[in-house]
Amino acid sequence: MLTIDRATYEAILAHARRDHPDEACGIVAGPEGTDRPERLVEMINAAGSPTFYEFDSTELLALYKEMWANDEEPVVVYHSHTATEAYPSRTDIGLASEPGAHYVLVSTREHGNNEGPVEFRSYRIIDGEVTEEEVDLVEKLPARSPS
Amino acid sequence: MAIEVRIPTILRTYTDGEKAVSGEGATLSALIADLESNHPGIRERLVDDSEGGDLRRFVNVYINDEDVRFIGGLEATLDDGDQVVVLPAVAGG
Repeated sequence: MLTIDRATYEAILAHARRDHPDEACGIVAGPEGTDRPERLVEMINAAGSPTFYEFDSTELLALYKEMWANDEEPVVVYHSHTATEAYPSRTDIGLASEPGAHYVLVSTREHGNNEGPVEFRSYRIIDGEVTEEEVDLVEKLPARSPS
Repeated sequence: MAIEVRIPTILRTYTDGEKAVSGEGATLSALIADLESNHPGIRERLVDDSEGGDLRRFVNVYINDEDVRFIGGLEATLDDGDQVVVLPAVAGG
């Protein structure tokens, strides 16, 4: 299950609407081992495409170095589909390379750049196998338990 | 000649879970061959022999923060103390 707070959830939807008809992409980082999506990082889709997304390689390195310095990991990796459902494509499955991450797919096919419901679904993608999981939308993430 | 190589989560099955390993080589190609001798299987995840033995399209390798695609690819040269980072692309359709 993915537990995510409303502000982060809304920010992902807003990013997807803004970039429509191109795919939007980004991550939500969180402290290593906590499974808490705390810090949204919108990335530029270097492919600038309605059917493909890719983080720019230099920005990708900068992002990971920042996470390593903060003892963070990518808790959520998200991107949008702009003409199809919010389900991982064959390419998504083939390229998924963060076995610990929740892969979030949103779809702007219904309302495009406009307000309106946006499909928001979450998956685990491990060794080519997709498992959809429940999304628990909360007002705020629960207080961090002492470790 | 020791070069530190940062290994991404998905390839740590080849390094007994280690986040970084040490290798040697005067070029990236030689470094990968050296890694392969200590961590069998890892080369195939980095290099695509069906595509003429080039780096895989969706694997990024950096030497001292420079994407090796801009500095010679597998022939990029290495010096003692260089830092190599391997990161799978974050991409999809």
